[in-house]
Amino acid sequence: MKVTLTVNGTPRTVDVPADMPLLWILRDVLDLPGTKFGCGKALCGACTVHVNGTATRSCQVPASACQGRKVTTIEGLSKDGSHPLQRAWQELDVAQCGYCQAGQIMQAADLLARTPKPSDDDIDAAMHGNLCRCATYLRIREGIKRAAQLQAAGGRKAE
Amino acid sequence: MTATRRDFLRAGAAAGGGLLIATLVPSGALGALDDLAVAGTFEPNAFVRIGADGVITIIAKNPEVGQGVKTMLPMLVAEELDVPLAMVTVEQAMADEKRYGRQVAGGSTATPLNWEPMRKAGAAGRHLLLAAAAATWNVPVAECSTDGTGTVHHKASRRKLGYGALAARAATLPLPDAAGITLKDPKDFRVIGKPHAQVDARKIATGQPLFGIDVTVPGMKHAVFEKAPVFGAKVASANLDEIRALPGVTHAFVIPGTADLTGLLPGVAIVADTWWHARSARKRLRVQWAEHPTAQQSSAGYRATAQAAFAGAPQQVLKRSGDVTAAFAAAPTVVEATYEYPFLAHASLEPMNCTARWANGRMELWAPTQNPQPGRLQVAETLGIAPDAIDIHLVRGGGGFGRRLNNDYMVEAAWIAREAGVPVKLLWTREDDTQHDFYRPAGYHQLKGAVDAAGRLVAWQDHFVTFGESPTRTARAAGIGATEFPFGYVPHFSYGVSTMPLGVPTGFLRAPTSNAIAFVFQSFLDELAHAAKQDPVQFRLALLAELDANAPVARGEASPMSAERMRGVLQLVAEKSGWGKRSLPRGTGMGVGMHYSHRGYFAEVVQATVSPAGDLRVDKVWVAGDVGSQIINPSGALQQVQGSVLDGIGEALRQEITIEGGRVVQQSFDDFELLRITEAPPVEVHFRTTDVPPTGMGEPALPPVIPALANAIFAATGRRVRSLPLSRHDLRWG
Repeated sequence: MKVTLTVNGTPRTVDVPADMPLLWILRDVLDLPGTKFGCGKALCGACTVHVNGTATRSCQVPASACQGRKVTTIEGLSKDGSHPLQRAWQELDVAQCGYCQAGQIMQAADLLARTPKPSDDDIDAAMHGNLCRCATYLRIREGIKRAAQLQAAGGRKAE
Repeated sequence: MTATRRDFLRAGAAAGGGLLIATLVPSGALGALDDLAVAGTFEPNAFVRIGADGVITIIAKNPEVGQGVKTMLPMLVAEELDVPLAMVTVEQAMADEKRYGRQVAGGSTATPLNWEPMRKAGAAGRHLLLAAAAATWNVPVAECSTDGTGTVHHKASRRKLGYGALAARAATLPLPDAAGITLKDPKDFRVIGKPHAQVDARKIATGQPLFGIDVTVPGMKHAVFEKAPVFGAKVASANLDEIRALPGVTHAFVIPGTADLTGLLPGVAIVADTWWHARSARKRLRVQWAEHPTAQQSSAGYRATAQAAFAGAPQQVLKRSGDVTAAFAAAPTVVEATYEYPFLAHASLEPMNCTARWANGRMELWAPTQNPQPGRLQVAETLGIAPDAIDIHLVRGGGGFGRRLNNDYMVEAAWIAREAGVPVKLLWTREDDTQHDFYRPAGYHQLKGAVDAAGRLVAWQDHFVTFGESPTRTARAAGIGATEFPFGYVPHFSYGVSTMPLGVPTGFLRAPTSNAIAFVFQSFLDELAHAAKQDPVQFRLALLAELDANAPVARGEASPMSAERMRGVLQLVAEKSGWGKRSLPRGTGMGVGMHYSHRGYFAEVVQATVSPAGDLRVDKVWVAGDVGSQIINPSGALQQVQGSVLDGIGEALRQEITIEGGRVVQQSFDDFELLRITEAPPVEVHFRTTDVPPTGMGEPALPPVIPALANAIFAATGRRVRSLPLSRHDLRWG
């Protein structure tokens, strides 16, 4: 089926099977491999993107549900890597293998957009669905708090 | 010809101008540098390039799977070259054993093997650049200095030149002999010992393609591969015609494979325009698998076999000292217990994958592997092509943990690409990844220990039931190191092994064997401490003081473990955790564990709380580690320690791979559960330095946390946990 959606601000039309998940449209059709495949069952969060401004597991969104949606991926979170979370992630050296981190950042960006000063409980509640096999969780917590500071200090607003 | 240390370095003009430094990094055991010199087998294998434009490139030769080696190795070079890491471009090497020697991410070996040669490469470069500047200005080299920013100065005349301007001249100068290459005094380090974010931090944070799964090549198709759930079962029949007619599918074929569990297993490959097409077609695939002799195996069966073995003597006693029988008869206090632990999967978040292109008689592979060289040989042997006809690009792996020491995915991709005649990216599903791993083997231990009237551990006996052909030919990662602690510290000691056959592939999981043994031995040691009515830390400290007293160990048989360094970390963690000084409510307890592995010493204390209803929470972990004289990258080191500790807690809590009908029961992250952020306690890390060259950090921090947690549960509830995972235990109290 033909589907038109907006990805990182650009309208894109793809011709794909109706059940093809957004994850694979992004990775294999639109050449945006930043969004990762971990399980295909919404258990790990590696595929998290924003759909109409909300953190969403892209492995669970079929093409048939993408028509007219506005999708933001890690590649489109900022133009130049300047989103507070992207800066904090580099500053605090959050990643180990790095595979889950696009999903972590996209999930955290949703959190910061709604809760500019998240508590530990807010962070746990928002990030519980995102697995990190390297267990960088302690730095993810620090990274989110640092990004909140950067955001408050006049860094780029989360979208 | 007599080779000397001087031969370990080469310098010359780089292609395209500038200076190239090459050095030899030994590929085998530590100390092999001199052996290689004698053998005259020098091939330079680590490279630094300084371009005429001033661009400094350091080749990172080892595979990166998140352990930080791509950042750590260049830090060593940059330090001695006297440039900030930020000035350096780090380039990932191809897999090329002729050029780079052994390229493996395993065994926490990169630090000890590279600590000296990589620094010498940097120092040689700096030496030549200083000499080039001196020659240019016609001044004594001793009057020239570098400033840490890639510039040489002659202070008296206030002249300076950048490394780039000096590179061409430096390339024409002779290298000094080894004695002329001096390394910095550690107090002058500007790079080593300072926290550095990993060199790919920006690419990761911005979602740039880095990983195996991100590789694309022109004309590439996407492949899936269905193997039998019973390992090694052959394909009897499959509905290939139906599959070939499905949308997007270009190829579907049977791969005959082999029953060798480390080889190319039999299965059905499907190649399609997109991975989703291939995966959708696979949902319609109907394969009849041939009968297979291991289809009757199960975890319950292994356990029953182990229990039966416990009723008799071990098939073989591998270590014995003193007289355990007499010691048990004489001792006032004897403790007996059986312990077991399950199979574990690696569960790297990036599922196994590999991209392959077969063209003009050459196989080109893009592989997220920890161990490319055996992969090259396996591909060559399986496909019947020459090893030299295979080019392997090392691509970042989304987590390794030892899984990517095996190269099954590489062989599969190569076979599929050649048979299909198109470049393919093979990608496994999560379910494939869970069900076709090389598992940490399960194991069963029957232990007996005795303490004398003075509370001293006098006898230790272990009957270990494991997997393999025989007690001396155990399955991979299913044995125990022959000198494993407390061997050598107990006067009466016996270690016997029995084995049973296994139809499940096993392999190395982060801190292999140690991740199991530490749980068993350090938990049982805790039981003995309590039986001796002693504090668990003091009991261990006393035991560590016993080495010389007993010395029943023949020379050359002793463990390389230093009792002094282990005592050091144990005392440090006790101090930092307030061991024995905290008053804790019922249901909260502290437990300790210690372990030596991969040349590293770690002691850890866990504080855990169990609610009366049996809910377990890990409150905090304190870690003391000793990996030698220098923490090279404090940021990476802390990551590795905290990650290892949380990894160990995750393994202990819920992880278990169960075998039924010869196959793995678990499929994905809902039945093989990784630790989540809500369960991650603070992990406080302290390092003790010892004046020996630094060693690796990827593994040794993991093992102690598991028994420390089990021992904390005992302290909190009085319930002794003798099997994993913890989720199988009823921890209710009160």
